[in-house]
Amino acid sequence: MKIKAKVKKDITKVKMLIKHDMETGRRKDQDGNVIPGLYITEVSARHNGQPVFHAEVGQAVSKDPYIAFSFKGGVSGDKISITWKDSSGATETGEAAIK
Amino acid sequence: MKANGKSMKMNRRRFLASFFKGAACIAAVTSLPRLAFAGWNEKAFKAETLEGALSSKYPGLEVVDSSSVKLKAPAIAENGAVVPVSVKTDLPDVKTISLFVEKNPSPLAATFHLTPVNVADVSIRIRMGETSNLIAVVESGGKLHRVQQEVKVTIGGCGG
Repeated sequence: MKIKAKVKKDITKVKMLIKHDMETGRRKDQDGNVIPGLYITEVSARHNGQPVFHAEVGQAVSKDPYIAFSFKGGVSGDKISITWKDSSGATETGEAAIK
Repeated sequence: MKANGKSMKMNRRRFLASFFKGAACIAAVTSLPRLAFAGWNEKAFKAETLEGALSSKYPGLEVVDSSSVKLKAPAIAENGAVVPVSVKTDLPDVKTISLFVEKNPSPLAATFHLTPVNVADVSIRIRMGETSNLIAVVESGGKLHRVQQEVKVTIGGCGG
């Protein structure tokens, strides 16, 4: 997962790029078998441990999801952590400092 | 006998106390993921029509067309698998922002939950199976503020 957070005039913009296939469950492999769905369902972000953003996503989100959001009150050096969870229950957390 | 009965009671009391402590611990542990993840509205995401998705996601909320919501998406998307979309608004007290693709097999693409510190400006890349209306709704002041735009898709993005 790649996270970039930059503060400008009190507004911190956070951009994330998550590596995930986002299988919709509608695709078929070469033999015509349906590839089971496996996609991210939730993404949460924290700023110095406090929740600042939460997204529910579905199969319609592109492979390797890109999401961006903004919030007020962040300062350079603060910690941003982002956690996602997929439909199998797998999770991953990534961290970055605000620039 | 009397002493015995008393100690029995004490034991039961102690047992109950430790039992409830244990139960509280388990409850605390199992509620932790709930704190991190407020839940996924399966019904809305699995709905197959726009109306179904909208009413499962926002039951009973009035929908108004709004010029205060800015939806940014390409007029023509060459590749339906990756359609960049941004939603921005100046409306106060925004609770959620949702994106729907009318003709996708499951129209609801994403819901963003904002907190008071958030600026209502979100971006995401989504898939579109075919040329369709893209609808963004912003939940603010107990109403849904809607804006829509048609996106022409030259190559579908739902596989197959």
